[in-house]
Amino acid sequence: MPIRHIARRARALAVAGFAAAGLLHGAPVYAVALKFGFLELNHDVRYDEEKLYFRPMSRALGRPLAGAEVALRESRFVGQAVGAEFALERAQADDAKGLIEQIGKLNAAGVRFFLIDAPGAVVAQVSQAVRGRELLLFNISAADDALRQEQCQPNLLHTIPNHAMQADAMAQYLVSRKWRSVLMLEGPLADDKLVSAAFENSAKRFGLKIVEKRPFLLSNDPRQRDQGNVSLLTAGPDYDAVFVADSDGEFARSVPYRTVRPRPVVGSEGLVAEAWHWSWERHGAPQLNNRLEKLASRRMSSPDWAAWIAVKTVVEAVVRTNNGDFRTLAKYIGSDDITIDGFKGNRLGFRQWDGQLRQPILLATHNAVIERAPIQGFLHQTNNMDTLGFDKRDSRCKF
Amino acid sequence: MNRKMLATLLAPAILALAGADALAKGTGYLFVSSENDNAVTVLDGKTYAVVKTIPTGERPRDIKLSADGSQVYVIASNKHRLEVIDIARLAVTRTLPVGEDPEAFEFGKDGKLIYVTNEEDAQVSVVDFASGKIVAKIEVGEEPEGVKLSPDGRRVYVTSEVANMVHVIDTATNKILANVVVGNRPRRFAITPDGAEVWVTNELAASISIIDGASNRVKGTVAFEPKGFRKDDVTPVGIVMTRDGKTAFVTLGRANHVAVVDVAARRVKGYVLVGNRAWGVQLSRDESLLYVVNGLSDDVSIVDTRALKVLKSVPVGRVPYGVVVDD
Repeated sequence: MPIRHIARRARALAVAGFAAAGLLHGAPVYAVALKFGFLELNHDVRYDEEKLYFRPMSRALGRPLAGAEVALRESRFVGQAVGAEFALERAQADDAKGLIEQIGKLNAAGVRFFLIDAPGAVVAQVSQAVRGRELLLFNISAADDALRQEQCQPNLLHTIPNHAMQADAMAQYLVSRKWRSVLMLEGPLADDKLVSAAFENSAKRFGLKIVEKRPFLLSNDPRQRDQGNVSLLTAGPDYDAVFVADSDGEFARSVPYRTVRPRPVVGSEGLVAEAWHWSWERHGAPQLNNRLEKLASRRMSSPDWAAWIAVKTVVEAVVRTNNGDFRTLAKYIGSDDITIDGFKGNRLGFRQWDGQLRQPILLATHNAVIERAPIQGFLHQTNNMDTLGFDKRDSRCKF
Repeated sequence: MNRKMLATLLAPAILALAGADALAKGTGYLFVSSENDNAVTVLDGKTYAVVKTIPTGERPRDIKLSADGSQVYVIASNKHRLEVIDIARLAVTRTLPVGEDPEAFEFGKDGKLIYVTNEEDAQVSVVDFASGKIVAKIEVGEEPEGVKLSPDGRRVYVTSEVANMVHVIDTATNKILANVVVGNRPRRFAITPDGAEVWVTNELAASISIIDGASNRVKGTVAFEPKGFRKDDVTPVGIVMTRDGKTAFVTLGRANHVAVVDVAARRVKGYVLVGNRAWGVQLSRDESLLYVVNGLSDDVSIVDTRALKVLKSVPVGRVPYGVVVDD
């Protein structure tokens, strides 16, 4: 039976269904069948195997489909208990156009909730194209600030933190350590510029001093020594820390211990600001890490967490609203009533002004979480997590 | 002279000295499990000096006193077992496997069976205490934690932190009778003496859900709003009720307070400031003292339940989890 029909039947059953849904033994009968679409690119440079080999800290450890699968498994029991069946369909394409077609097909078959794992430009294109349709799109891996600002869409939610949130977390940390002057090294890629622009904003916001911003190149060309050599790049006026903006990660990994001065390296290496880190140990994190490791044979990283929490968000809405109806679910997800447990200690929910999931950010080295932002002392009039990223007054999003 | 006679003779003196336990019959020792120290710290119940540190298996967590007061049981999570500490010898004398990654446990009515929550495998293991054999495994929601027997012994209640529900298990059949959706991240229980109300703490909802023991439906909630804290910082976890079922003490985690709740009125009567991330909580036998375990300040707060004041904070091991008192 097509999902749409099941969903329609579900609405009819929903009234009586949930009261009687406590089918605990034998084959469960589902009042609600809810399928997620998982959208990804056939070829995504961010998961390039060669780069993953040396595990740059600014990159994911693998495709985040695994995170969605873990969440789906977690939902089986609660699904049975409330009479809802959850499923996941993976859909791949070569580009934004292909993904839009996939959404069209799945949406026609009744799929309303999509996770999109693609770079920012693709997410922007896809979400623009499906604007106004009866669906919700969860961005699980594009940190681009523009997606939360000018390119925001009413049916696009972001579970991955954006660059501004990461940069604010890092700036809070540097301020809390009194490491107030920072040397910036900026890579040549467009994504590097986004990272460094976000950090420059955060520096202004939290009172850090940028001593200098220097461009680097991944090159041994003797004519460009001054841009390829870490010693030369880090010589000159003093600073408390080096911030490297390197979305690719190959250059950044060689910066720690090669600086002229004995100073910590942060940003894309050394200390990074992430949604998740496998070494996080509190609030049930070890169990979640183990579940993903068992399933994917690798450790958990930020996009996995973002995929996981996107699925959990919808499941939570189904349980709390006792309703499989799309509008009711979408409304509940976007409201302040929802409480999502991200295993980071706080009650999470979405910012109504731009659809970003407000959340703590973990500041991690290669094998330890050093601090969790918002850092103590950074206060906000309503919710301290809104000291990270775009608060209402910073928002340029117009739905 | 036996312990009881001694206690009777010394009672007025003890009362005068510590303002505490007039009915003392045990050693008076406090036993505190510390997750990161792989040990149970034994404290003198009067001076709170460390009497002994008993090494245990890795990551000791839930801890309970035997009915006859001769033994302390403690879960060693990373060793997947329950360890038995003989109070007379202050040493581990027996260990028994209780399933993967156990967190908390509860004895059945006759003391023969133990119900253990296995965090990693989303199961409850039913263990025969005498033989040390696992006799049943019950599938529950992910990350089960709190486990509590009904006063009549016919039900076991288990929380699933991830599924946000309480499983009601029939102890006769080991089958789930009901799944009750409660607040977010349910943790631990207290039950009224008549079994009519099952109270469960909701860590991320800053509240307690009250489940009707007969109908298995949520029939009320108690919200915690200590002054000066936002809802986000109020994370109730531990709970203990007085024997008469009139008062509940609830530890509020990040809010660093214990809430004192009038059970019948479902109303918070007051808040007591304790240490950092208060979780584990226990009453002395005469209910004059409350012991609160502060996981992130590595200490135990001793609270006078009449004055609702902290008498003392006692340093213990690293990341303390639970406490029992042999009084």
